[in-house]
Parts: sequence; structure tokens; C-alpha cells
Amino acid sequence: MFIVPFVVRLFGCGEVIVDIIVCIKQIYDLGQITVDTATKHPITEGAARKISDFDKNALEEAVRIKEKHGGNVFALIGGTKEAAKEALAMGTDEAFIYSADTDSLGTATILAGIIHKIKYDLILCGEASIDEFSFQIGPRLAEALGIPVLTYARKMELKDTEIIVERNLENRYEVAKARLPALVTVTKEINEPRIPTLLQILGASKKRITEISLEKPEAGVENLSITAIEMKRKEVILNDIEELAKIIMSEKS
Amino acid sequence: MIFTFSEDYETALEILAKGREIADSLRLELAAISIGKHDDIEDTYIFCGADKVYSIDSELHADIVVDCLCSLINQYKPELLLIGGTRLGKEVAPRIAQKFGVGCATDCVDFSLEKGEFIVKRFVLGGRFIATQRFLRKPQIVTVPPRRFGKKLDTARTGKIIKTTLKPAQSRVQVLEKKDKTSQMLRIEEADIIVSGGRGFKKKEDLKLVESLAKVLGGAVGCSRSVAADLKWLPEEHWVGLSGHKVKPKLYIAIGISGQVQHIAGIRDSKTIIAINNDPNAPIFKSCDYGIVGDLYEIVPKLTEILQ
Ligand SMILES: Cc1cc2nc3c(=O)[nH]c(=O)nc-3n(C[C@H](O)[C@H](O)[C@H](O)COP(=O)(O)OP(=O)(O)OC[C@H]3O[C@@H](n4cnc5c(N)ncnc54)[C@H](O)[C@@H]3O)c2cc1C
Ligand SMILES: Nc1ncnc2c1ncn2[C@@H]1O[C@H](COP(=O)(O)O)[C@@H](O)[C@H]1O
Repeated sequence: MFIVPFVVRLFGCGEVIVDIIVCIKQIYDLGQITVDTATKHPITEGAARKISDFDKNALEEAVRIKEKHGGNVFALIGGTKEAAKEALAMGTDEAFIYSADTDSLGTATILAGIIHKIKYDLILCGEASIDEFSFQIGPRLAEALGIPVLTYARKMELKDTEIIVERNLENRYEVAKARLPALVTVTKEINEPRIPTLLQILGASKKRITEISLEKPEAGVENLSITAIEMKRKEVILNDIEELAKIIMSEKS
Repeated sequence: MIFTFSEDYETALEILAKGREIADSLRLELAAISIGKHDDIEDTYIFCGADKVYSIDSELHADIVVDCLCSLINQYKPELLLIGGTRLGKEVAPRIAQKFGVGCATDCVDFSLEKGEFIVKRFVLGGRFIATQRFLRKPQIVTVPPRRFGKKLDTARTGKIIKTTLKPAQSRVQVLEKKDKTSQMLRIEEADIIVSGGRGFKKKEDLKLVESLAKVLGGAVGCSRSVAADLKWLPEEHWVGLSGHKVKPKLYIAIGISGQVQHIAGIRDSKTIIAINNDPNAPIFKSCDYGIVGDLYEIVPKLTEILQ
């Protein structure tokens, strides 16, 4: 009974079946965050929450690999059931949710702790979360798990027991490969995430969401403050092009 | 000791200048790490601020950089690492931080010392907010965006070049192919004047209007993410904003750009911002010095003609 899938996995028709974990962060819709006029601190009350943009690309890519090769997609979500439901509707098989308010060191440590207990071949992350935009978790997690990391993927392909990606670097694209298990961080350009159908949304309610509770891990940095950046601009509206040209000439020199 | 590393030559010199300031205030030694195959850049590192240069002759790859830097950290126990915030830098910095179980702050735009403690600032929440952070453990690891700080050259400076015999472990990632991005490398961060186009342009050919205006003003062409990433009308080096290039020209002209927070995050340090947009309620008018409401197809050709 147990031997069959194992054999299929290794030798089955040149096909590979992989189990993929996608790391997802639920964030506040940045456009809905307001500023406290007195303290200049962000106010998140009332702001809608959503899955961070590039994490949707990671999820989409995982589901496409599953559709092509088989296997399972697990979502590991820093966030609520709402995010889990959205991930499940997009094609995730099972979701794990947790919440912890910590920094990149803490988050990577938590994720590594959970992932240690799951069987996987491939882990996908977004290149960055759009609120923190720190590009840290993917590389940190790979390091914590001791697996190779391929960052900034704009294309990826599974071949036997290897993952081949095209990376988007400053001056060039680089095609690189690593042996599974490996971690890949994806860019926005890798795909266009699907919008689940009503049927898929309804179907998602039958899938399993596991809540994980954790102790707060140690952090490496501490926020002393987060304050709105004030733009002091003149905001002068001009009426004619001549006037605009004059201003450009004087600003130019 | 303070370590600096960047595989990008210019960035390496910029972070040395910043590193020198911090090293002087804290009375620490400043060491530049040079990894790769290149001739005689070590002297310049010393002229730009390094007391020591540890030079490692090796292939340049993330796995190797992590391995080399970790060995040197174990050996010399630096307090602080300044790493150039290129894509390679932003991969290796958090990896090293995770190995040592410490924090890391990427894309730091400001540094200060308060009572001898190292304080950094970075943009968060779409670039509308700035976070002030401190480290809870050492080594403290930061990445610094390219072109954020100036370099300082003093050819009278002296220092020591140490060729290390480190033998880094083999990379687990194998590079199969490198495809250079075709366009001539534009360094939009260095432009004094930038004229940028957004989705207000109806077709790719219409961007000629941006080009001619930029040409008349002797400036560079920029664009919003929509134009570079979604429509692919211009290559990425023109892309301005939070996820593109952060620019600080004397004059920034935004044409047919709505002015979403992520675009503004990239132009915040411009001296003067001018906006041309046909929607009087476009958010760009709240983030500009001078604005004109109207059809770009009418305004831009006329403006270019007058300026000519
Ligand atoms: C994580 C993340 C990172 C991002 N990073 C960036 C980034 O780095 N850079 C960036 O630019 N964006 C970025 N964005 C996208 C950003 O939110 C906006 O979607 C984008 O900037 C919009 O581009 P635009 O202004 O060209 O297009 P639009 O928002 O569609 O604006 C077009 C404007 O043109 C005007 N217009 C239309 N016709 C005319 C006409 N005939 N004459 C004059 N005006 C006209 C319209 O009134 C409108 O204001 C990011 C988004 C996310 C989520
Ligand atoms: N709290 C979290 N829970 C799960 N995944 C996360 C979390 N934070 C970040 N990630 C993943 O790590 C990527 C990079 O995030 P960051 O390092 O914050 O820019 C994101 O795109 C996610 O894939």
C-alpha cells in the first residue's frame, strides 16, 4: 500500500510528484491604512486584509505545478481563516494558520519550526511582502532548513528532481537550477493569479484549516516607531502651459 | 570591527563612505570584504575608507558569499555589517542573519547613533511610513540601497590588503545560462531631470512625447510600474517607485501618472515635482509642487515646443 506512491514518485513515467508549501502573509490593504493626525502613527482599524500580492503569485505557481505534475499544495499562513479560505479556493489542498507579531528572524524561525514537521519537496515564497518589503523570509527560511534557495524567479519549471528557474537580476536574467528540496522566491511577473470561481469558493469550505498556536519567538530587531512621512509640496495648480514652461526653465537651472 | 560588502563596485564605495563615518564615531576598524575575480580594486577600497581589505579570489555566487562572510564573521566578530542592497546583497544579508540568529534591516535609508547605539530607518507600508529600528543582538546586519549615499575618495589614505586563503564550499545552485538585459544600462538614479510617463499614454508609440520632452530638457526617461511591468513598453531600468528605482532628481515631471503611494515612494526625495494629468482628483496633485490639469496629448507637444 505504502510502497506504490513511493515508487511512482521516483520512477513513475518520468513524471515527478511534488508536495509544495507556499508561505503566505496576510496584510492590511495599504491604501486603507490611515494616519493618526496627532501621533502620525498608522491606523489599521477598519482596513481590509488581504493576501500579500507576490504571495498570490507564489500560490498560483504552486497550483500550476500541481495541475501539471500532481502532488499537494499546503499553505502556511501568517493570518486569519479568511486568508486561508482564499488560498484554498485558489487550489490549495490544506491550510495552516498561525499568528505572531514578530520580526523577520522570529517569522523565519516559526515557519522553519512548522515546516520541519511536514514532508515537502518545494517551498515557495513571494520575493517580498508588500507591507514590510524586506525580501528576508525566503532566504532566511532556506537557511534555517538547510536547503538551497533560488531568489527572484520570473519563470520556473520542474524537471525530474530538480527545479530550474529564470531569475531576474539587475543587469541580466540568469537560468539556474537546484536539487529538491529547495526554496524559490517569485516575482510578480511569473504569472497572473487566478480569480476563484464561485464553485471553487464553495468547495474550499470542505478543505481543512489547521490553527497552530505558538510561543513568541525571539526577535532580532525592534521597532522604536513607525510614523507617516510628510510630503511638503507646494501643490500649485497652473492654468497655462507658458507658465509651466517658465517654471521648468527656472527649476532646471 | 565593521564589515562592508558589495559585489557592485560603486555601491561598495558608497557603503565604505557611510561605514567610515560610523567607524570614526564608534572608534572601530572598517574592513571591506572583496569577493570575486577582479584586478586591483583593493587600493580604491582603502582610498574610499577601508582600514583593511579582506580579498577572496573566487566565483561570485550567493552561496559562496554567505560562506565567506560567515567564516570572516566567526573569525573577526564584527559589530556591524553594511551590505550593498543589490538583489544579491538582499539575498545574502538575511541568510547570514539567520545563521547567526540575529536581526537584519534591508534597504536602510538612514543611520544614526544614539548613545552609542546603532539606529536605522527604513520605509514600510508601501513607502508611506518610516520605521525606526534598533538591533537586539550582534552582529547588526543592514543593507544599503545603491546610489543612496555619496562616496568619498582620499588617495592619501593607507590601509592593509589581506589576501585570504578561504576555500568556500561549492554552491548548491548551478547557473546554466546568463542573458544580459539588452538595453544600454541607464542609471536613472543619477539623472538630474526625469520625465516619466504612465498609463495615461494610450499606446507605446506615444511615449515618444516623453522622450522628446526629456531630450529637450537633457533629462532621462522614467515610467510607472504599469508601463514597465504590465504593458512592458519600457525596460525595467526606467521603472520608478517602491519596487523600481528610487530617484532624487532636481526636477521630476510625471505625465499621465496617477500618483499611487508606491510610485510616490520612489520620487519622494525629488526637489521639484511637476504633474500633468487630466483628472483634477488624481492623487499626484497632492504630491506635486506644480500641476496642470489637462490632456497630455495637447499639453506635452506644446510644452516641448515652447521649451525648444
Ligand atoms: C507591492 C507594490 C509595489 C508597487 N511598486 C510600484 C512602483 O515601484 N512604481 C509604480 O509606478 N507603481 C508601483 N506599484 C503600482 C501602483 O500602485 C500603481 O498601480 C501604478 O503606479 C499606476 O501606474 P500609472 O500611474 O501609470 O497608471 P494609472 O494609475 O492607471 O494612472 C494613469 C493616469 O493617467 C491619467 N490620464 C489618462 N489619460 C490621460 C490624458 N489623456 N492626459 C493626461 N492624463 C491622463 C489618469 O487620470 C490617471 O491618473 C506597486 C504596487 C504594489 C502593490
Ligand atoms: N508572517 C508570515 N507568514 C507566512 N509567510 C510569510 C510571513 N511573512 C513573510 N512571509 C513570506 O515571505 C515572503 C517575503 O516577506 P518579507 O521578508 O516580509 O518581505 C512573503 O512574500 C511570504 O511568502
